[in-house]
Amino acid sequence: MLTIDHPPAPSQAAKLVLNHVSKWFQTSSLHVHALDDVTLRIAEGEFVCLVGPSGCGKSTLLNIIAGLDHADSGTVQADGKPIDEPGPHRLMMFQESALFPWLTVLGNVLFGLKLSNRLSAAERREKAEYFLELVGLKRFMHSNVHELSGGMKQRVALARALAPNPSVLLMDEPFGALDALTREQLYGDIQRIWSQHRKTILFVTHNVREAVCLGDRVILFSPHPGRIREEFAIPLPRARDINSVDLARYATEITRVLKGYVESEVAG
Amino acid sequence: MITRWLAASLFFVGLILAWHLVVKAQIWSPLLLPSPASVFEYLQGAAQDGTLEEATLVTVRRLLIGYGLGIIVGLPLGLLTASFRWCHDTIGILALGLQTLPSVCWVPLALLWFGQSESAMLFVVVMGTVWSLIIATDNGVRTIPPIYSRAARTMGSTGLHTWTHVIVPAALPFLLSGMKQGWAFAWRSLMAAEIYVTILSGFGLGQLLHYGRELHAMDQVIGVILVIIVIGLAVDKSLFAPTERFMYRRWGTARG
Repeated sequence: MLTIDHPPAPSQAAKLVLNHVSKWFQTSSLHVHALDDVTLRIAEGEFVCLVGPSGCGKSTLLNIIAGLDHADSGTVQADGKPIDEPGPHRLMMFQESALFPWLTVLGNVLFGLKLSNRLSAAERREKAEYFLELVGLKRFMHSNVHELSGGMKQRVALARALAPNPSVLLMDEPFGALDALTREQLYGDIQRIWSQHRKTILFVTHNVREAVCLGDRVILFSPHPGRIREEFAIPLPRARDINSVDLARYATEITRVLKGYVESEVAG
Repeated sequence: MITRWLAASLFFVGLILAWHLVVKAQIWSPLLLPSPASVFEYLQGAAQDGTLEEATLVTVRRLLIGYGLGIIVGLPLGLLTASFRWCHDTIGILALGLQTLPSVCWVPLALLWFGQSESAMLFVVVMGTVWSLIIATDNGVRTIPPIYSRAARTMGSTGLHTWTHVIVPAALPFLLSGMKQGWAFAWRSLMAAEIYVTILSGFGLGQLLHYGRELHAMDQVIGVILVIIVIGLAVDKSLFAPTERFMYRRWGTARG
């Protein structure tokens, strides 16, 4: 494990600003209130985790910020400009690996680079190799996607998301399908990469420990309708170890609060 | 690899030997079942005087043009029916209906519309190819996990780029199986057309087969059938098999 200095405090400039965002979904039988009056400010370079049970609208919120979906009311801004379509400054990493099986590992990382930058082929290649090196997979760059393990796939997905140099990284339960050991490695990797590259990261998970391990702030969501319930600052020094006692203490407290919301919901 | 070749060769040599023995046993009249040697003799003669080469060229040319046209028309239409509901409800249903029509049924229509011409041939081949290709393409595009285009969109891919760089490659295994099926249909419909329609602009393998029957030349009938089989095999092995192998390596599964 690398030792990392405590990252500099994020600058106060708001990177993402959400004001009173609401969203409804209409299905044939149901009218779902997915997000209810969500207001959120995320500073430049901040690592924010959204935690909540499944179906609480976390992913919907991420999709709206990514520009893949639209809010029914309220405003969503990145760098002071309203978000109305996907942009290369906000890249998303998905739950299951959304790598393209018709491309090699290198081809996948190059995909976004070809779209977002006016780089020469050699520069693109150099960049792609740099990010593959960063996630420790450079020697697999000519491999096919199906030859990689689940953890390796998510590493490639991370390299692919980082390569076009986005300022915001949106991560939708990226480690949900991985085994515990692989996940722990990736917690280390993501903290190291974040401290080196200072992206603004919005990380969605239902795993409280994961959220406490990674986030500067943990934001608690409750479902039906999806809304922000509480916010916790996590002042633990980095790099954090998911198995540390301090971290467990925070996680226990947050889990207790979360359970309260879920139970009150069940009780009606 | 060598043992596989050996096993395959042994099998086919055995098959010819069995054929030879059955002819030797004289169960059926040699007029109905010619010996392998006489079929080989016919093929040799036809190859030497050029009839075989000419007929093969005529047939393969019709096939390539018709199949090519079928792909040029079928693929884009399939992409359309997959992306627009109203295309699916119109062209899609039309394709589904016409695909069930055996392509030999187009022959009388083609003859009345185009007369004894190359156009009639092409029409039959295109009709045999295009509908199944539309349906295969449509199915292929519909089975693509939506996460691919969502991921591409977040990376800044839009419109045409998403189509050419994400949707078409993602559907490739299905497109290939559609093209393979289209090829089989094209080949069958062309043979049907050539057997039923005598066209003065070119004398294809089907017509050679037809005249074999008229002349009661069983060695010619069987010889031409063999040629037709060999062409079918050769196309599969040279065109589709390498693409399938590539796909197997990339995707890790032989989907489609």
